[in-house]
Amino acid sequence: MMTNPVHSLPGSDDIHRELLPNGIVVLSRANFNSPSVVVSGYLQAGALFDSDQKLGLADFTSSALMRGTEKRDFQQIYDALESVGAGLGFNSSTHTTGYSGRALTEDLPLLLDLLADTLRYPVFPAEQIERLRAQMLTGLAIRGQDTSDMASLTLDGILFEGHPYARPDEGWPETVKAITRDDLVDFHRRIYGPKGMVIAIVGALEPKEAVAQVQRFLGDWQNAQQEDLPELPALKPISNTTRRQHVIPGKSQSDIDLGSVGPKRKDPEYLPASLGNNILGQFGLMGRIGDVVRERSGLAYYAYSSLSAGIGPGSWEVSAGVNPGNVDKAIDLIVEELTRFVQAGITQEELADSQANFVGRLPLSLESNGGVANALVNIERYELGLDYYRQYPDLVRAVKPDEVLQTAKKFIDPQCLAIATAGPAK
Amino acid sequence: MTDNLTKTTLPNGMLVLLKEIHTAPLISSWVWYRVGSRDELPGRTGISHWVEHMQFKGTPLFPATILDKAISREGAVWNAFTYLDWTTYFETMPADKIDLGLRLEADRMVNSTIHPDEVASERTVIISEREGNENEPLFMLGEAIQAAAFRVHSYHHEVIGDLADLQSMTREDLYSHYRTYYVPNNAVMAVAGDFQAEAMLARIQALFGGIPAGETPPRLTRPEPEQRGEIRLNVAGPGETTYVQAAYRFPAASDPDFLPLSVLDSLLAGPSNLNMFSGGISNKTSRLYRALVEKEFAVSVHGGAQATIDPFLYGITMTIHPQREPQDALSALDDEIERVRIETVSEDEVARAIKQARALFAYGSENITNQAFWMGYAEMFADYDWFQTYLDRLAAVTPADVQRVAQQYLRPGSRVVGTYLPDGVGEEAA
Repeated sequence: MMTNPVHSLPGSDDIHRELLPNGIVVLSRANFNSPSVVVSGYLQAGALFDSDQKLGLADFTSSALMRGTEKRDFQQIYDALESVGAGLGFNSSTHTTGYSGRALTEDLPLLLDLLADTLRYPVFPAEQIERLRAQMLTGLAIRGQDTSDMASLTLDGILFEGHPYARPDEGWPETVKAITRDDLVDFHRRIYGPKGMVIAIVGALEPKEAVAQVQRFLGDWQNAQQEDLPELPALKPISNTTRRQHVIPGKSQSDIDLGSVGPKRKDPEYLPASLGNNILGQFGLMGRIGDVVRERSGLAYYAYSSLSAGIGPGSWEVSAGVNPGNVDKAIDLIVEELTRFVQAGITQEELADSQANFVGRLPLSLESNGGVANALVNIERYELGLDYYRQYPDLVRAVKPDEVLQTAKKFIDPQCLAIATAGPAK
Repeated sequence: MTDNLTKTTLPNGMLVLLKEIHTAPLISSWVWYRVGSRDELPGRTGISHWVEHMQFKGTPLFPATILDKAISREGAVWNAFTYLDWTTYFETMPADKIDLGLRLEADRMVNSTIHPDEVASERTVIISEREGNENEPLFMLGEAIQAAAFRVHSYHHEVIGDLADLQSMTREDLYSHYRTYYVPNNAVMAVAGDFQAEAMLARIQALFGGIPAGETPPRLTRPEPEQRGEIRLNVAGPGETTYVQAAYRFPAASDPDFLPLSVLDSLLAGPSNLNMFSGGISNKTSRLYRALVEKEFAVSVHGGAQATIDPFLYGITMTIHPQREPQDALSALDDEIERVRIETVSEDEVARAIKQARALFAYGSENITNQAFWMGYAEMFADYDWFQTYLDRLAAVTPADVQRVAQQYLRPGSRVVGTYLPDGVGEEAA
């Protein structure tokens, strides 16, 4: 008995999607293979609302939701979760505040009760807020010592100069210190609400039951004051190669992050760029970049490319961790490889390999409840359509080598790159 | 669960575990070797991990340039891990493609070239991997604690190995290590997923059955003598953040005390998650979180229990609050440790730990890769029965058991306390 591959992919006949009267979109799909359930989704409450002076406010607010509500204190919230081995957490990004939780299916009502309680009735206890602030500041101090994180932040600073995407969503130590408890209360009152909220529930229950449970805990949520997300300003791209070093003394290894602005998730170039990226720095052992920097030169344990595509302009980056003495050499090799990529393009064979790779790994990415919940959230966020994952193999196979080349040329100019490094001073 | 597991030993000594799971069109195949960093003598530290790297460098049949492309083309997720007690390789692939994964593993069990040029280029890659690790304060601290805790036992060094050995080991060292340990009678194969066991076993027999058995490799076993008195050490390095780790002696996974200690870990620091492909759960109501983080001695605290062949360590790691001194956090930790040694824990706390473990097991069974992982992993330190009976055995733990193991294992005189002290250099402006 072999399982039919097509039936294992989510599609319009087994994903239930329902818009509740207050604006919440519920997506659900059943999976009875394990007695567990995943809940994940987002609200329109990201760092785009933050001022430069109080950057990190959206993140701070979401981190503080579980510190106490009108009917439960911090220990009661976590006691309810941890006593049954359940989990729930919030995580803010630029556009949205995401959340994700899981539990044994028998405990789903508890999980949704806690989600609703923390979203709707947080009280931001002063003592908890200061404790959380110290934790966040320690997190930022650790980030400041992380060569990979700091190379990435430095790169965003170059690529998106003057644009909200240049800013780290978690803020800086001085902006996190400037945030008051009143700011949190105010942010929650103005920004949190059901409008634009998405919730995906995947696990051992029928979708209709999942919708009924969401309706029970979140169906009567209203916020007449809920503000709309600010418009994203236009991005002014850099006009020549710009290099910045972030010095972290005493480190054994430097990180390099270099690249260009990339497509949005909804751009037609997204799929050609993804396949091109796979060839450039993912396929096999980190693609062409891995081959040149790691396999042939022995310069790095990791050297790969990545495409990050969301609501607004994305980024197309190459990252590597190298000995501080090899930074220039590695950058030269990577730029050479990017030049070859945009001049000569890719072969039909390389494309066929990556297409097979994309199609082949799809069932694996949709195996667990968390994987399917992610897929459902992506379907909603980027308006992909309920049958997207069933159409995906054909969409992938339809991409032609020349489309990949034209896409690479459009986004990557080897003469105009952002180059960031973090590590000890030379 | 037991019904669809088959366990067979091939004539050449290779143990094969198969489990049919027809929930998705996937198969996860693992080959485990009974060799890890604990099998390495000074001068050769890191050799098991380095050999693992060389296993991706090709054979005459699957040269490196063909190997990774062939397997990735089929949509595989594949990787390898080296640990204290074992080395393992896996491929999770669409069910109708798994044959390539099986052929690849059979081939590289015996035919890896380990070419001198590849050894030279991989040497700098592994040194770079080590340098990346050295960027992390907790790696530096963990390495120092491990070395202090094990003077005699070969758990003394990190899996990655010492720089001196990474610089000096030769191709002959690597090849000889490979040929010694990579024999079918030292291997366990575990396959789970969408197949029929009989057909799968026949295919494995056809691919692996012809590989001749070798000498059964000896395992390096030098028991660590009893520690007499607490060891304290400091590691200094860049950063602004202080960390303290208290490492207690933990028994082997096969020791019956492992169960009550798992309950103890759960209620002290939140349950350690032994799944490799499934996340854990938070620990904010654990005793140590409440005593250390809620009281603002630390900004986080974590416990780490691991399943090993010989007694290893249970580490409690605290990230110290920026306004506190490490000795204050340690003293608050000591109070909690003392409390669990003196007072019997409640039935409720034990019941809670058992429910937490049940949830972690359920999450872990959502994916086939994690299920196949457990089949081989459990064989490395006990056997698959250990995994299958784990929840039942855990349910039998009593509050008295927990107190007894707290008294026996959480002794100040047999721990190593390490502190990472930042050298005062803070973040610089971008």
